[in-house]
Amino acid sequence: MEYGTAQEPRQKQGILERLTAIDRRIIFVIIGVVVAVPVLYPITLPVLVSPPVQDLYDAIDELPPGSVIIMAIDFDPTSEPELYPAYLAIARHVFSKGLRVVALGYIAPGIPIGERALQIAAEEYDKEYGVDYVNLGYKTGMTVALLMMGKEIWDPYPRDHYDTSVEELPLMHEVHRLDDVALAVDFAHGVSPDYWIAYAGARFGLRVGLCATGVMTSQYYPYYDSGQLFGLLGGLKGSSEYEALIGAPGSATAGMTAQSLAHLVIMAFIIVANISYFIVRRRSPGA
Amino acid sequence: MDLTILSTWIAAFLTLAILSFLYKDNPVYKFAEHLYVGVSAAYWMVYYYNNAIVPNLIDRLVRDHRWLYIIPGILGLLIFTRLIPRVVWLSRWALAFYIGMGVGVVIPATVQAMLVAQLRATLVPIWTGNVGASIVNILVVVGVLSVLVYFFFSREHKGALGGVARLGIYFLMISFGASFGYTVMARISLLIGRFQFLFYDWLHLR
Repeated sequence: MEYGTAQEPRQKQGILERLTAIDRRIIFVIIGVVVAVPVLYPITLPVLVSPPVQDLYDAIDELPPGSVIIMAIDFDPTSEPELYPAYLAIARHVFSKGLRVVALGYIAPGIPIGERALQIAAEEYDKEYGVDYVNLGYKTGMTVALLMMGKEIWDPYPRDHYDTSVEELPLMHEVHRLDDVALAVDFAHGVSPDYWIAYAGARFGLRVGLCATGVMTSQYYPYYDSGQLFGLLGGLKGSSEYEALIGAPGSATAGMTAQSLAHLVIMAFIIVANISYFIVRRRSPGA
Repeated sequence: MDLTILSTWIAAFLTLAILSFLYKDNPVYKFAEHLYVGVSAAYWMVYYYNNAIVPNLIDRLVRDHRWLYIIPGILGLLIFTRLIPRVVWLSRWALAFYIGMGVGVVIPATVQAMLVAQLRATLVPIWTGNVGASIVNILVVVGVLSVLVYFFFSREHKGALGGVARLGIYFLMISFGASFGYTVMARISLLIGRFQFLFYDWLHLR
């Protein structure tokens, strides 16, 4: 096929063709470098707080001291980079406001992760286990557990994560049903928010907030818009926003430089690939 | 030897082994993959036994003497009759109970939370007195109606119906784009988490 008389257009066409068929490993290396360098040499970028995260913060911030909130650990190590910073930031916020926490979860390997965040925050704010926070641990059968919690939390959770009877935990003497809880925040990487919304929210009227992995976030915006979620935090970006709101930048804020640069590079790849594709297709009709 | 150091080195090796797949499939990746599957299976079996069967059945019977729990216990055991062809029909009792209860519990809650509440959120005024809010509401209404039309297959998508269905496709594409954007963000976040582990916890570069 002829592409004109000059040599230059032929070379350009070659480059464009190569771009449309670039070895994916080159892209992996570029992304790896773009992520690795800011992780090693982080620069703190300004964080703009989005309304869903602000609503989550405000709802917790407005609670009177002594209120009890549920922090559900419905994620596991695969989502730890995204949700652990959010759990730690909210635990810090909750304890700084004199609120109390009931932690529980429906994904077993997540319980120690949430427990670690609670212990760090509790130590910082001199909070005592059993009085200011409890960890009821993992429970299978989420639907049934939530339905039972609407009437008596002690039934599905007779003992805590450490196998201590809930009777021996002073905080639990004030928490018998979901009516005794001011609100719940679900830290989720799966379908657990559907259950919290349907059972704790719609059935028992508990206010539910959500900290979700990035993959899930867009799926739950309709619930935020409808008011079924009072706040919504999405992925590492949302975690960094919450860290900014409590004035304690952590691993999410540190990761946002790498995140932003990686996004810019991916956007550049998409734009270049599309331009190349359309130019090559125009030059090779029928291809 | 400090077990933390040992576990960090093992985790770092396995992280690099899994990442090696990005270059190409190789025996080190296969080893890490098989190890992951095997360890996960054993971990979940032990974890479920200790955190589901023991507290929800064995403790209730042995420690609390709540004998009614024998019934769900027997129903659970009936599931294993699927392994014996002659009495496989017994497993259906357990499944019938589970499905019946599940449907009874799920349908009212799902209709209330996922259908009624979402429908109510769609029935919004097109003009609110505020231009920005009105545009959002119009987008919600038009988006819902056009996507519903797109999924209406009883008539061929031609003419006005086709036009609205095409608009529905645009809304769906924007929705998929938003989901994909968030997915990219999530995957990069996981990579950042792994790099933070490798550089900070393993190599102590910060």
